Amino acid sequence: MADTAYESTSGGAPPEQDNSWRERYWKKNLRLMIVLLAIWFTVSFGFGVLLIEPLNAIEILGFPLGLWFAQQGSIYTFVILILVYALWMDRIDDEFGVSERNGDGERA
Amino acid sequence: MSDIQFWTFFFIILTFGLYIFIAWRSRVKETKEFYVASQGVPTIANGAAVAADWMSAASFIGMAGLIAFLGSDGSVYLMGWTGGYVLLALLLAPYLRKWGKFTVPEFVGDRYSESVRIVAAVAAIVVSFTYVVGQMNGGGIVFSRFLGLNLTWGVIVAAAIIFFYAVLGGMKGITYTQVAQYTVLIIAYLIPAVAVAQQTTGIPVPQISYGKILAELDSLSTEFGLHEFTQAFAGRDGGQIDVFLVTASLMLGTAGLPHVIIRFYTTKTVRGARYSAFWALFFISLLYLTAPAVGAFTKLNLLQGVRGATVDQLPAWIETWGATGLVTVADGVDTIETVSNNAASGADLIVNNDILVLASPEIGGLPAPIIGLMAAGGMAAAMSTAAGLLLVISSAASHDLYFRVFKKEGASESQQMLVGRVAMAAAIVIAIFAGINPPAFVAQVVAFAFGLAASTFFPILILGIFWKRANGVGATAGMLTGLVFTATYMIYTLEVFGTGSNDHILGISPEGIGAVAPWSTSSSPSWCRS
Repeated sequence: MADTAYESTSGGAPPEQDNSWRERYWKKNLRLMIVLLAIWFTVSFGFGVLLIEPLNAIEILGFPLGLWFAQQGSIYTFVILILVYALWMDRIDDEFGVSERNGDGERA
Repeated sequence: MSDIQFWTFFFIILTFGLYIFIAWRSRVKETKEFYVASQGVPTIANGAAVAADWMSAASFIGMAGLIAFLGSDGSVYLMGWTGGYVLLALLLAPYLRKWGKFTVPEFVGDRYSESVRIVAAVAAIVVSFTYVVGQMNGGGIVFSRFLGLNLTWGVIVAAAIIFFYAVLGGMKGITYTQVAQYTVLIIAYLIPAVAVAQQTTGIPVPQISYGKILAELDSLSTEFGLHEFTQAFAGRDGGQIDVFLVTASLMLGTAGLPHVIIRFYTTKTVRGARYSAFWALFFISLLYLTAPAVGAFTKLNLLQGVRGATVDQLPAWIETWGATGLVTVADGVDTIETVSNNAASGADLIVNNDILVLASPEIGGLPAPIIGLMAAGGMAAAMSTAAGLLLVISSAASHDLYFRVFKKEGASESQQMLVGRVAMAAAIVIAIFAGINPPAFVAQVVAFAFGLAASTFFPILILGIFWKRANGVGATAGMLTGLVFTATYMIYTLEVFGTGSNDHILGISPEGIGAVAPWSTSSSPSWCRS
């Protein structure tokens, strides 16, 4: 799997000669993805659909909580999830020395 | 000329002039510029372009009205059309950008086989075309309502502008005009929303303050024979399972739509693709978080406006919009006692979903310049989406079909460019005709487009990226299974192509079936796999 997606990691030499770093890189990537997707599912399908009725019993600023998750909270969460993904992948890229940089060594 | 017409002309001419100026500045000469803007689009600009590409006439004009009447269950559109971006950002965009080609059929063609490329190219054309017809028609409606032009001229004027920048600038021209169009449409959407929120609750943040009016809205809704806004699973007949599946289907469809995916090929780097997805959803969320508030406020103002009024005391907007046939007061009614968005309901006042946003400044009593701005925003939404779709159609037709199937060798750069431009021009002309006389089944076919994207593109892209052993035979079999399964259920439940409609199985509506299909797609028999 790792090979398909990261066949030719560009912009920087890998830290080791052997390919075991790819496997570790891919594992970290995968773990991050699973955690974020679990949150994605819980907030939207969990709070916004499956648990909407019990959550509606709680009211905050006039919003029944289930309705708030379905129409507002889930969207805020989605935006944050993608930001966290992008920031965290930067960290993982740096850790493995594969971040994409331009000639001046700045992030491209 | 009325005040409203003056301000509408003012904003339309101003914004169209801006688009033409940008188009001229970003005209292109090479195919790489034409198809992927030389992969040199900055992340924030790309995010805004994705947002404009994504938010169609339906999002801008129709969604808030739909939510106003659906109430809580309007969340299927809100979550469905935003949640798909999480899948796109985490599972598709970075990998497709890494592959580094021009189009979606190109990716699946290189990854699987030639026959998959052709099926995907045809599917991309069909999906995009059903969409473009709705955009053209939506643009025409805006023109005819606000400027008193007839719909035909509205469609032709809008198409002429798109023609100019799409044929001249390809992806580059489209991207930079879309950035401008996003700016226009979001300002046009937020200003009236903030003004109405301030007027009604004293808090100018509609996303927060619409909570304050929900209790009043619920009791007014009940009074006029509508279900409560906050009541879950009251807006859709299928209840919880249907809400779940429609949400899932729209999410998977969003992540699989070629005109969205194609944008992630335009960034400089893979990292750029990740941040583009963030900026895209950020910009989209500004409108999607506001839409339920606009729906709730407008519905409240509408119901308060007609409450206890006799027919000759009704607010002025009912008469002006009555001329378009989108608002009707039943004959022989003295005072309005029931309100509905369903023409067959026999309620005293029938309000079409589509006018709630366009009429919201009038319903809320806002001044004429804001109404003119609204019209420019509606046009921006329709044109930006249409242009993005036309690019997919022309690239699939020229890049993936013509040069792969009919003229495999010896096409020079300038020939390729010419074919690209001709395909674009042809697509626009066909879209004009279809936009003026939309085939009757277009509304249903748009649901079909999402189901198709969810059940075909999404699974083959995901499997192609994450599963080395997925191969061409499996992908073709999977796409066809998904397609046949989805299409069969849609034809079974919808009155399309002259077939009768049957009851929904397990309460699953045809929009929701696309979420079931990927499982059948990805579980095609093991002998199909290598």
